[in-house]
Amino acid sequence: MGVEICVEGLTKSFGHQVIWQDVSLTLPAGEVSVMLGPSGTGKSVFLKTLVGLLKPDRGSVKIAGRDITRLREHELYEVRKLFGVLFQDGALFGSMNLYDNIAFPLREHTRKSESEIRRIVLEKMEMVGLIGSEAKLPGEISGGMRKRAGLARALVLDPEIILFDEPDSGLDPVRVAYLNQLIVDLNAQIDATFLIVTHDIASARQVPDNIGLLFRRELVMFGPREELLTSDEPVVRQFLNGRMQGPIGMAEEKDAAQVEQELAALSGSETAQAPGSRALTPRLLPGPGITRPPRWEAIARREAELRRRKAVADV
Amino acid sequence: MRLSPTGALRQSGNLFAMALDVVRTMPRRPFQAREFIQQAWFVASVTILPTALVSIPFGAVIALQIGSLTRQLGAQSFSGAASVLAVLREASPIVTALLIAGAGGTAICADLGARKIREEIDAMQVLGIDPIHRLVVPRVLASMVVAVLLNGLVSVVGVAGGYFFNVVLQNGTPGAYLASFTTLAQLSDLWAAEIKALVFGAIAAIVASYKGLTAKGGPKGVGDAVNQSVVITFMLLFVTNFVMTAVYFQVVPQRG
Repeated sequence: MGVEICVEGLTKSFGHQVIWQDVSLTLPAGEVSVMLGPSGTGKSVFLKTLVGLLKPDRGSVKIAGRDITRLREHELYEVRKLFGVLFQDGALFGSMNLYDNIAFPLREHTRKSESEIRRIVLEKMEMVGLIGSEAKLPGEISGGMRKRAGLARALVLDPEIILFDEPDSGLDPVRVAYLNQLIVDLNAQIDATFLIVTHDIASARQVPDNIGLLFRRELVMFGPREELLTSDEPVVRQFLNGRMQGPIGMAEEKDAAQVEQELAALSGSETAQAPGSRALTPRLLPGPGITRPPRWEAIARREAELRRRKAVADV
Repeated sequence: MRLSPTGALRQSGNLFAMALDVVRTMPRRPFQAREFIQQAWFVASVTILPTALVSIPFGAVIALQIGSLTRQLGAQSFSGAASVLAVLREASPIVTALLIAGAGGTAICADLGARKIREEIDAMQVLGIDPIHRLVVPRVLASMVVAVLLNGLVSVVGVAGGYFFNVVLQNGTPGAYLASFTTLAQLSDLWAAEIKALVFGAIAAIVASYKGLTAKGGPKGVGDAVNQSVVITFMLLFVTNFVMTAVYFQVVPQRG
């Protein structure tokens, strides 16, 4: 079972520049959460703060009851063993081949025999579809493969929490779809707590249980997927629909008058033009080969129910 | 980049803190023997040849200078003694240090800097592995060991070069040159030089690692870090060399 992450009043700034302030949220154990936000709103900084790579100015991050912002260095290394992190470019060790990269955490932290390590590594490599590439070096493979290898390495210690830093950046839409399916399948299989940091709306609509949105140096909203997808909050609506009209500007936030004007203009056309914008996108479910735990059984039942109701309404 | 009056202080504080971390982490098990051997081999392989090639002309220059100086002073019989002293006490630790910093330190800094900007270091920390223990300590130890060994090499090559230039090119008397070897120099000079080399090797590796691990801003940041690490190392080396020499003269009684 995954571990709950409880963030309270978290504030971080670099010099005089406040990245975000007073962020409070709880990532429920075993669920998939997505953190959205325009580029440059400190999503990656948030992720690094959760694993204690960066120290926040204020606030606390409680993981399994321990506040990691207050831990000493060696205690922090212990707590970090609960984590698996997929970095943006995979962050593989350039001097090792894929097999050694994925075996690295096992060799460092466990006393397993080489044959046992081999079994685990090959199992994880099969999970992410990398069988046959064991001897390749990170420099020789594509970005998508590096990500999958990074994911395999994040999985070998059976983490309780898995963090994904923009798993979809730099991947083509088909690979993104595969990766999303992989994430959902993984959640059904290993039951860990997932946090995905991204700005890909399509993934955010399909994959998570919860969505959060960072904008203008604060957490605008954090809650269950349905709540955000049907929310009337202007920032949330603008971001989830990927449109220009709204508070989020190209470089900075816009002034209030302009936003109102734009939204007024939009409200006339929206109902006719974009009927699906507020609709619930069907949720991505674990693939057919995966045995679903009770939590995913319940989600699948609800999805089926929603789909049936929608079909009735359409008729 | 913003300049602030406390910036330099903070940098040196962080550098010193990392040096303390390295010392504190050194006894921690398991010792990274594999990494240590690889690094020692690497540092040795990039420094041995340039060190030998630098120390021959270095010994020659000293021999030439001392040869003409002793002739002017009418103390030719001491030319061997003086050149051995100069090579052993000052030339060899400094040549060693410059090459360890210039060839070994830059390579360490570039390697760690590249890993840092590729997020490898972050990944390592998240995997619960302390990069100081896993990467920095083996590099510092390797650089210290290689510096000590190189210092021996430079001493031998430098003295041999001095002998060659004094005896063969300046027509000095071989017997007098060899006989005066130990009139001024003593064994403690060799020990002091080895200790200097040990400290210089540690400084070069710690500064290089610090600069590498704090590199930021993409590939250009790595280049900047390498550049700064060489400059900082050289400044620290010469200051340290002065202090250690001054202490040496206070502690060890001199001959003659």
